Amino acid sequence: MDSAMAPPETRHPRWREFTFTLHRIFRNPSAVMGFALLFFFVAVAIAAPYLAPPRYAHAPYQMPHTGFSPTPQPPDARHLFGTTSGQYDIYYGVVWGTRTAFKIGLFVVGIAGFIGISLGVISGYYGGWFDEVLMRIVDIVWSVPLLVLAMTIVVAFGRGLENIMIALALVEWRWYVRVIRSEVLTLRDRDFVQAARLMGCSDAKIIARHILPNAIYPVLIMASMDMGSMVISASFMSFVGLGAPKGYADWGQMVALARNYIVGPAEDPLRFWYTVAIPGACIILFVLAWNLIGDALRDAFDPKLRRR
Amino acid sequence: MTAYITRRLFFLVFVLFGVSVLIFGLLMTFSPERRAAAYVTTPQQAEDIPRIVAQFGLTDPFPVQYVRWVKEVASGNLGWSLVAARPVTEAFWGYFAVTLELNLFASPLVILIGIWLGTLSGVHRDTWLDHGTRIAAIIGWSLPTFLFALVLLMVFYGYLDLFQPGITSTHTALWVANHPGFTRYTGMYSVDGILNGELWITGDALAHLVLPVTTQIIVVVALLMRVMRSGMIEEMGKDYIITARAKGADKHTVTRVHARPNALIPVITVAGQLVALAMEGSIAVEVVFNRQGMGWWLAESATQLDMPVLMSVCMFMGVVFVVSNLVIDILYAKIDPRIRLT
Repeated sequence: MDSAMAPPETRHPRWREFTFTLHRIFRNPSAVMGFALLFFFVAVAIAAPYLAPPRYAHAPYQMPHTGFSPTPQPPDARHLFGTTSGQYDIYYGVVWGTRTAFKIGLFVVGIAGFIGISLGVISGYYGGWFDEVLMRIVDIVWSVPLLVLAMTIVVAFGRGLENIMIALALVEWRWYVRVIRSEVLTLRDRDFVQAARLMGCSDAKIIARHILPNAIYPVLIMASMDMGSMVISASFMSFVGLGAPKGYADWGQMVALARNYIVGPAEDPLRFWYTVAIPGACIILFVLAWNLIGDALRDAFDPKLRRR
Repeated sequence: MTAYITRRLFFLVFVLFGVSVLIFGLLMTFSPERRAAAYVTTPQQAEDIPRIVAQFGLTDPFPVQYVRWVKEVASGNLGWSLVAARPVTEAFWGYFAVTLELNLFASPLVILIGIWLGTLSGVHRDTWLDHGTRIAAIIGWSLPTFLFALVLLMVFYGYLDLFQPGITSTHTALWVANHPGFTRYTGMYSVDGILNGELWITGDALAHLVLPVTTQIIVVVALLMRVMRSGMIEEMGKDYIITARAKGADKHTVTRVHARPNALIPVITVAGQLVALAMEGSIAVEVVFNRQGMGWWLAESATQLDMPVLMSVCMFMGVVFVVSNLVIDILYAKIDPRIRLT
């Protein structure tokens, strides 16, 4: 029996659960570090025009180059991080490359997530022939590794950063479909959904208000990990030469420019370390941030570990 | 069991059909002239393009061209590779052997190290050992393969000059090419060296494998470790472990004999992902370390628009993936008596 002394709980249960989840996420030190790193990258991306004023106002992603010499120059007063092959300013490249990385991640995860979630929810909820056909298509697309299929699509569509993003999105949706379909299948036969149906709720309302908010958690975890791994895949494809044209501010592209300068002259083999290390460190830290966030979300959402 | 395997093999045929239609469809987005132009090297040849388009029926409807392609593949003709300057079927085994060699040495190490570290991490949960291995796993997962390979090259090739990129040293390659007594049984230098009794060749091949295998391990082991760790944590919390301890079993017996075999079961479900990860890792490792394997062939063909190679490699990877999943599912059913293959 509840005591008449205790004040009634007035906050909405959804809000209470949300704040409890936030509390569970942030008591993890690696989560705090992940969010701090992410905040840093967001700040750099937003402040890019002020941190590294573009030389060409109509093409801010084009890295300025002072000269054409292929030998990278070490950091000095004019070029904070030095220049890479072709005299492109590394500092400019990594600052605007942050924007490119966010563009890639958000586009690929957004499109793949949208396609995957919508198809997966319809397939899981309604079942039937649509489910069968979709699952066969997913099985076919699933049998080829991500990078292999994405490279094939880029060859068909042509080079360029946009085509890389489209290619990755067209392959990555298969993950989201599987994950959300299995969640929807579990939720579809639960009592509260049956009760809603008995009450006369329309299908759309059941999906939107009952199924989707409960099924979305694994997808959120996957999406945050994907933000990182899609940037890795895109930077590898840029490194191989399938990506943006030379001089575009993209971290993978910058590592490609450094490809001939991994090893310097015999007496000073690490002379050009900054051409590889600086863009590389940006990629690693960006992906690390998203992976830490994804891990923290996984720990926070796991129902078996949640209330311990 | 045989009915299940037969059904899965039919499924393999279906998947091959689907993948080939998908990729053929992508290829068809090129205009007929562009597809013919991939093989043109001089301006004089360019004038022949309309004749080639008519001769090879490049303007026929999609189903007609697809059936023609299937007939060619069934008779063993997978096309001509620009990158290899040989028919695809001829060049295939050479490239496959290199990738196989890399994964032959990397996979057992990945499995052993991953299981060992995962068990350690799961049993000593929330200690410094656990936190240390978890941090290492997360950093390993965040590392792009190609970047880690580049850094390893910088340090161990550039700075320390201990290991070199490539499959073998120039001296070995020339010796093998000019020595009539050396038979290439498998196409893998390390194995052929042993089979021919020339152990120094095996040593040379192994020396060139150290860095690529290390790269491949670090990137794949992170996933395996994480799954093993969560499996161990789940098993160690179960009742039969308490019973074993109550009966007086020491820690060694509890972890090795009771908990670990059961924790391996969820690991097997992730094994398919590990195969895919290994295949993707091979691409980056081979490109950076200049080893001419399937991954390198794929990357070169992608930059040089060599479509027959892309189609063949995609289909091959499809076959490998489906067959490996079948093997994994059978293994899973054999190990876990609760599972029934339907």
